[in-house]
Amino acid sequence: MSHDTNTKLIYMANQIATFFKSQPQDEAAQGVATHINKYWEPRMRRQLFQHIDGGGEGLSPLVLEAASKIKRPQAA
Amino acid sequence: MSLIHEIDYGTPASRSETMVTLTIDGREVTVPEGTSIMRAAMDAGIEVPKLCASDMMDAFGSCRLCLVEIKGRNGMPASCTTPVAAGIEVSTQTPRLKDVRRGVMELYISDHPLDCLTCAANGDCELQDMAGAVGLRDVRYGYEGDNHVKARNNGEINAKWLPKDESNPYFTYDPAKCIVCSRCVRACEEVQGTFALTIGGRGFDSRVSAGMAEDFMASECVSCGACVQACPTATLTEKSVIEIGQPEHSVVTTCAYCGVGCSFKAEMRGEELVRMVPWKDGQANRGHSCVKGRFAYGYSTHKDRILNPMVREKISDPWREVTWEEAYAHVAAEFRRIQYQYGRESVGGITSSRCTNEETYLVQKLVRAGFGNNNVDTCARVCHSPTGYGLGQAFGTSAGTQNFDSVEFTDVAVIIGANPTDGHPVFGSRLKKRLREGAKLIVIDPRRTDIVRSPHVEAAYHLPLKPGTNVAILTSIAHVIVTEGLADEAFIRERCDWSEYEDWASFVAEPYHSPEATEAYTGVPADLVRGAARLFATGGNGAIYYGLGVTEHSQGSTTVMAIANLAMVTGNIGRPGVGVNPLRGQNNVQGSCDMGSFPHELPGYRHVSDDATRETFEKLWGVEISNEPGLRIPNMLDAAVDGTFKGIYIQGEDILQSDPDTKHVAAGLAAMECVVVHDLFLNETANYAHVFLPGSTFLEKDGTFTNAERRINRVRKVMTPKNGYADWEVTQKLAQAMGMNWNYRHPSEIMDEIAATTPSFALVSYDYLEKMGSVQWPCNEKHPEGSPIMHVDGFVRGKGKFIRTEYVATDERTGPRFPLLLTTGRILSQYNVGAQTRRTDNVVWHAEDRLEIHPHDAEQRGIRDGDWIRLASRAGETTLRSLITDRVAPGVVYTTFHHPTTQANVITTDFSDWATNCPEYKVTAVQVMPSNGPSDWQQDYDEQARQSRRIAGKLEAAE
Repeated sequence: MSHDTNTKLIYMANQIATFFKSQPQDEAAQGVATHINKYWEPRMRRQLFQHIDGGGEGLSPLVLEAASKIKRPQAA
Repeated sequence: MSLIHEIDYGTPASRSETMVTLTIDGREVTVPEGTSIMRAAMDAGIEVPKLCASDMMDAFGSCRLCLVEIKGRNGMPASCTTPVAAGIEVSTQTPRLKDVRRGVMELYISDHPLDCLTCAANGDCELQDMAGAVGLRDVRYGYEGDNHVKARNNGEINAKWLPKDESNPYFTYDPAKCIVCSRCVRACEEVQGTFALTIGGRGFDSRVSAGMAEDFMASECVSCGACVQACPTATLTEKSVIEIGQPEHSVVTTCAYCGVGCSFKAEMRGEELVRMVPWKDGQANRGHSCVKGRFAYGYSTHKDRILNPMVREKISDPWREVTWEEAYAHVAAEFRRIQYQYGRESVGGITSSRCTNEETYLVQKLVRAGFGNNNVDTCARVCHSPTGYGLGQAFGTSAGTQNFDSVEFTDVAVIIGANPTDGHPVFGSRLKKRLREGAKLIVIDPRRTDIVRSPHVEAAYHLPLKPGTNVAILTSIAHVIVTEGLADEAFIRERCDWSEYEDWASFVAEPYHSPEATEAYTGVPADLVRGAARLFATGGNGAIYYGLGVTEHSQGSTTVMAIANLAMVTGNIGRPGVGVNPLRGQNNVQGSCDMGSFPHELPGYRHVSDDATRETFEKLWGVEISNEPGLRIPNMLDAAVDGTFKGIYIQGEDILQSDPDTKHVAAGLAAMECVVVHDLFLNETANYAHVFLPGSTFLEKDGTFTNAERRINRVRKVMTPKNGYADWEVTQKLAQAMGMNWNYRHPSEIMDEIAATTPSFALVSYDYLEKMGSVQWPCNEKHPEGSPIMHVDGFVRGKGKFIRTEYVATDERTGPRFPLLLTTGRILSQYNVGAQTRRTDNVVWHAEDRLEIHPHDAEQRGIRDGDWIRLASRAGETTLRSLITDRVAPGVVYTTFHHPTTQANVITTDFSDWATNCPEYKVTAVQVMPSNGPSDWQQDYDEQARQSRRIAGKLEAAE
């Protein structure tokens, strides 16, 4: 995966988190996870997990909090 | 087949529910109160002679032909201006009436040319018909006196004669044939609302005048053609009719331009299209049209159309013409090879919002069932995907809530980020009509669009916000409504989730959402926001109309939710005159979304993870469908650059020109091994294609389009496809080549499959559409006649959902290098990437994209009107000519994106909506500076495009 795409994915995940951060707190993390589960193709989620597993640098805390609720795709 | 003749009742229908009974020519007639005697007579099948009356506009009473006698009343009143009354006895034919009518006709004909045999209106002339109807046999006045007919009178120049005005590319104005009935003038005022025409002079000197006695092109005329349609003689005539002659049969079909979805009669002679005439029974357009739908169909026979399939190994090779069978076999082999080599998920498809529902359905079926993945998307991705997401969350369904007729009951219209008089002209005209009747208007737009102030229309409020601050303004409006106690609590308690409302209300009531606080970054004075909020909340039926100025932002989806919040908090949902109305860009963008074009949704907006839905299709298609969402267009391009996405089938979309960040799109396409473009022309995307499959136009196939009001309209074939096959046939053959057992014989069978699998389409069939004319989905057991208005007794999702909408500034910000904000849009005469309209005479109105810039910004940079300028952003740069105007605020510049030479999308960035990846076209930080001409990039691009369009064995086609 290119560096560019990775940066873009982090940016997209954080954008989603920014929206849900303003929603009632108990729904925020689930909101992020549901959104990513519904709209992100497995290779995008796989790449996100690669990044999270590598420390998750640059990801919003809400994305990290949501990670356990995001469906982890099978390894490619 | 014959010509469809629509009945002209002479005056508009009355809306009254009180019925009145009278007698006309001995027949008892019962009609609504307020109906004219003329209309009542026509209702009874009695045609009163008329020349100045038409049911498209109000009665005028000038031609003096429609006189009648009423027992017990004096004189001979005009039947068009005289309303019915209970018990009156009307005679439409008496010796006195006959004499008077014949005398009137005699006067008309005494100043009219007698070249009927060679006249273009021969066979379609109301003047001739009326002369026949009244029995005119002689003109006693002769033709030698004062007249408008002859260029010379007895050798002397006749100052009253005027030459033909042929300045408009589509119609002529021949003043010699004018009878000054004022129908054209009234059509321009009442139907179109442009007020470009008037009657100059008085008495015998009266004549129709465009603008201030200018020619039509120099006047304010927008070439909608309403005047041409209204003209009873050959004074205003389509040039195509002059050239070809009168049509002999007609077929009702649906326009393939914008999302209004106007119904037209395609009037034909054999397989030649003579003219398009808007159909009065068309419920979206009610007999009106714009310059594109009526006139701009010439692209369908343009020499640039590619009619044979073509293949090439590398995109640097010239194209090689092949047979259809070779082309299908090549694509099938390539896609199978790629999937074998790179995995099942390495290919995908893009459905077209320009094609029919049936064609779209087949492309997504090919991807899901044939390719075995969900990598299918559509150009709605780059326009209204946030509408789908936002309205889905708030109301439970991804569609506008109203029909277009609803505007006739609106008291306060709010337009946000839309320019209906350019982008959706027929709706724009219908809205302007309502505004002239007294409805109020609020416009939220960075630009002073035409509708803010135009003849007899002026917005009560124009909020000229800084691009990118939609959410801040709308949340501020909500703040005013909530804190000033203007919320419709009864509606909210009954229809919405009350605790969600309370949460939302306390959120918007926070002081930092007040107009006084947001003014600092929206640039809109607080008192304007407060005034607009109060007007919307208290002004009666409030309807919100919005466009891509809402969706094409980082916060596009949030803005749609904010709009839904405003409609709910004011109780403006579920009845005529109100609602949330997305103005859809393309003819079938609603339909393409409905048909399961999104990578996460099967037809009918059902998520691919829903087992029951998948099972429905799996049973019917005999395959397993992936329960994982596929890639969206921008994700496909990212994956292509990453090397995991290698093949794509693109039907009727030009992503290279229309999608943002052109260089990234080009890089993605260049990284693929098999790009299949299925289109009318070698579009920009085809520069990167390996296979080209020729497409067919809307005139060449059967199908349906679904417009912005969810109306499913029939598209009917009027000519044989020049390329040999309708697009659905091509997709089917391709699927067969890939081993699928598809055997649709007609698009109606595809619709039957859609109806069988998609609950909201359950009752839709071609037979039913034939019977009903058109229906608006949902159309099923519960709503057998369709659903003009949604959420009438409750929201589709149950309770309406209020959602917090926090404003987040986009990361696309101005700074010292890029100090101005660029926003993009459309112009009336051109359409989207211009592939069609650029290949018509519409280019006389807009031959190039121009950059609108405020005089202050221009002067600072030493730019004069019409100068070449360089427009640069962090993504790229291009050049175009300037247009200095105060329609844009200082700090904001604007351009259209209709021309590939400009390539405005070289400038736009890869920022996108957080929820849907809909690109942020509407905000790009730019710098503008004087320039000498095209940029290096433009020259390189031009050369590459020229190279890639070479066809082996053919001379290079000159554009």
